[in-house]
Amino acid sequence: MPSTVALTVSRYRPERESEPTSQTYEIPFRKDWVVLDALNHVKDHLDGSLSFRWSCRMGVCGSCGMKVNGTPKLTCATFLSEYPPGPIRIEPLDYFPVVRDLVVDLTDFVRKLQQVKPWIIRKEERPPGEGEYLQTPDQLDTYKQFSMCINCMLCYSACPIYGLEPSFIGPAAIALAQRYNMDSRDQGATERLKILSEHDGIWQCTFVGECTKVCPKHVDPAGAIQQYKLTAATHWVRSLLLPWGSR
Amino acid sequence: MDLFTCDVLVVGGGGAGLRAAIAVAETHPSLRVAVISKVYPMRSHTVSAEGGAAAVIKANDSLDEHAYDTISGGDWLCDQAAVEAFVREAPEEMLRLEHWGCPWNREPDGHIAVRPFGGMKIERTWFAADKTGFHLLHTLFQTTLKYDAIQRYDEFFVTKLLVDSGRCQGVVAIELSSGQVRAIIAKAVILCTGGCGKVFPFTTNANIKNGDGMALAYRAGAPLKDMEFVQYHPTGLPFTGILITEAARAEGGWLLNKDGYRYLQDYDLGQPTPKPVLRSMELGPRDRLSQCFVKEQEKGRTFEGPYGHYVHLDIRHLGEKLIDKKLPFVRELCLKYVGIDPVREMIPVRPVVHYMMGGIHTDIYGATPLPGLYAAGEAACVSINGANRLGSNSLTEILVFGARAGKAAGAFAAEQAEANPSLVTQALDEQRRLEESLLHKSGGKERIATLRTEMHRIMEESAGIYRTETVLKEAVGKVKQLQERFGDLSLDDNSYTFNTELTAALELSYMLDVAQTIVQSALERRESRGSHQRTDYPQRDDERFLANSLAYRVEDGSSRIEYLPVTITRWPPGKRVYGR
Amino acid sequence: MSAPPRYTLYHPRWYRRRVSVWWWLQNRSYTWFVLRELTSVFVAFFAVVYLWQLRALGQGPEAYELFLARLRTPPFLALNTVAFLFVLFHAITWFNLTPKAMVVRLRGKRVPDWVIVGSNYAAWLVLSGAVAFMLLRG
Repeated sequence: MPSTVALTVSRYRPERESEPTSQTYEIPFRKDWVVLDALNHVKDHLDGSLSFRWSCRMGVCGSCGMKVNGTPKLTCATFLSEYPPGPIRIEPLDYFPVVRDLVVDLTDFVRKLQQVKPWIIRKEERPPGEGEYLQTPDQLDTYKQFSMCINCMLCYSACPIYGLEPSFIGPAAIALAQRYNMDSRDQGATERLKILSEHDGIWQCTFVGECTKVCPKHVDPAGAIQQYKLTAATHWVRSLLLPWGSR
Repeated sequence: MDLFTCDVLVVGGGGAGLRAAIAVAETHPSLRVAVISKVYPMRSHTVSAEGGAAAVIKANDSLDEHAYDTISGGDWLCDQAAVEAFVREAPEEMLRLEHWGCPWNREPDGHIAVRPFGGMKIERTWFAADKTGFHLLHTLFQTTLKYDAIQRYDEFFVTKLLVDSGRCQGVVAIELSSGQVRAIIAKAVILCTGGCGKVFPFTTNANIKNGDGMALAYRAGAPLKDMEFVQYHPTGLPFTGILITEAARAEGGWLLNKDGYRYLQDYDLGQPTPKPVLRSMELGPRDRLSQCFVKEQEKGRTFEGPYGHYVHLDIRHLGEKLIDKKLPFVRELCLKYVGIDPVREMIPVRPVVHYMMGGIHTDIYGATPLPGLYAAGEAACVSINGANRLGSNSLTEILVFGARAGKAAGAFAAEQAEANPSLVTQALDEQRRLEESLLHKSGGKERIATLRTEMHRIMEESAGIYRTETVLKEAVGKVKQLQERFGDLSLDDNSYTFNTELTAALELSYMLDVAQTIVQSALERRESRGSHQRTDYPQRDDERFLANSLAYRVEDGSSRIEYLPVTITRWPPGKRVYGR
Repeated sequence: MSAPPRYTLYHPRWYRRRVSVWWWLQNRSYTWFVLRELTSVFVAFFAVVYLWQLRALGQGPEAYELFLARLRTPPFLALNTVAFLFVLFHAITWFNLTPKAMVVRLRGKRVPDWVIVGSNYAAWLVLSGAVAFMLLRG
């Protein structure tokens, strides 16, 4: 077991450089440490100017997504012991603009999330006083998986389509739209269909499947997109054959 | 100086903050409401809550029972009128959240399912597997996207409250992505910034819980109430401090010492039964369970590991099927961070700082004594949790009081005239202070990590589960020293773009102020009540201390404690009885 | 300029990395994906050969013999082998991905992935068996 390991971290200080550079730090190797612990050690003891996002350190807030040796990971859930003997390369997530060091700009995702209307849409709202909308455990099961998304953006960083066509709505946004489409309490599937079946919606996806591979919460966004393609296509065929149908 | 304006400004984008914003947007649709948060709202610490949220909906339950459980759980320090309002509004708030899409677990017939929880006599805790906070927060966040009136300022770090003519009229904040200082003027401000667990070294809390709002209100003259009451959650993982939800015990888990013995039975918490009995043994209140751990440790009956003492939480007898259905996240966390499968092995656990009962003093509408300033959630202290919070009351609290504070702040803002432009001068002064004392300072000798570690050591020693006079007195002096040493801080990072060292320094200064109030309040409360246990005053003293402590800031940085007697309405103080 | 930049003068500059034309070589998954997409070319190739075969059939036994002779030449045999391997890859990846796109629910519970994949392979085997039987018998 080595006593130290090298961390090669991508740096970007827009006030004095126009391109990212990299810096290597030698940090203690502890088998209980995750990559985030190593980054914090750098920040606390070696170089306070390293900027990165983190919060919960238990894999549920989605702040700490970064590329570790080229693969998008949650650094709070990635152990140093997975990478002997080093050096371990840490870079910001791909396909998002880099603001500083390991921090990327996420405004594109937040905008896209809002576009898919990720809220319960109902024709008529019942007042809460009248009790809950009934939903059986099986009905809950149909969309449960897609509701586990922590918005960590690893899927966007893994999606080459998003890299080549930044206007693509993206895996997480579509998975979240599908989460609401399949919720038995929601009645907004038609509204979301318009946005999702646009050019930059689901049809940009060519099922590379990398998003599902890197997802730390097993949301399976690729599955969500392909399932929705089936729904959208069926809907289109039906609207062709029965144009007078109201839904 | 770039100025933004709005009518109601919510500081903090967690459960309470987002609920407050929606409340303003719904009750006063013509007002502009803004949510400002130092992280994106879905990163707020609400996301880590696991167990559930309590509200009375089943036929066998009653509001009075919930109120009594809460008040006795809080060792009678709760404001009883507030508790009554809380239990009364809880069911509707929770149903509203269900309507907004929260995936609550269901019974086979489609109705909401409830589970038992610590300190509650009847099952009333709603849950969404064991990631209730995550689902709650994401449901709230996604619902806020529906309202055009809600404007968000994501990754803006608030450094000061703007107070003019005796009213709070906005904030000064650093826009992290550019480093620019902005002034945001508002007619009412609601602080929903959460607790301050990071003041302690071993905590379930995320990095962002630094008591920001508490310190901001404290510096603006509002008092902090009941700061000495720090909740230690009995089951956290050693080393990381990651929370293992109380639901594991509610579903039937056992706490075993190193002899494999269910040690809680030795401490007047009932007799061990194979199935969990409410308000007994492992379903007792959190403060008592944490205290039992310390006593077991003193008797030498706990395991000793590389990261301190621990005991075992055994859920193997619940079976794989139940664990995967109701405790999947617990299994995931154990596999990942301890390398054990709770279906086959026992989980090492120990008490860990989890929640702050204390906070900014508010009335039952969320208003602080400073006009225009409101607070809700863990940052506030209404108080409904008293000296010890019952599990699953907090997630409901953020909804009920987030909504109340939102409505009250909206009503207040609707009556105010436009703000005084002279506030900009205050904001410019703040910008200068940030630059001179931190960003462009040279020659300082202190480092953030050193001061932080010192603070952690002091708080761990003095404000642990058991406290005593001499150690607390020393702690007050030591924290004061740290506050002085803070003035000599030097930063490696003098740049503007996303400077997280600057924000870490500001967070440290907030934590030092909050730490000061904690040790000072703990020192002056010479009794033992709920989660504040004094070895030198082991009894509860209702004559002198049936009152909430209020910590006011003094010029020299120390705190002055006053007392506000608790209003007893329907539930006179009694004995806290569990297991019988 | 000796004075440090003031807040009001500073603007953020974000860095956008260009995506390289060779992005698909960076990662094994990406390379397999591009190869998978390329199988469509070979599926089209087989379709064209089939149409060519039909045309030759329609033109009489001599034209058909010519067609078969062409198919037996080494370059064509090599091309066919490569095409066959790609189409095999196409079928396998398609079957393996089916459960992702098609969620079947029986009595409220989701049918496990292996059942869907398995039934695809089973149907393939049965059909291939039937075709082989018909061809080899006659």
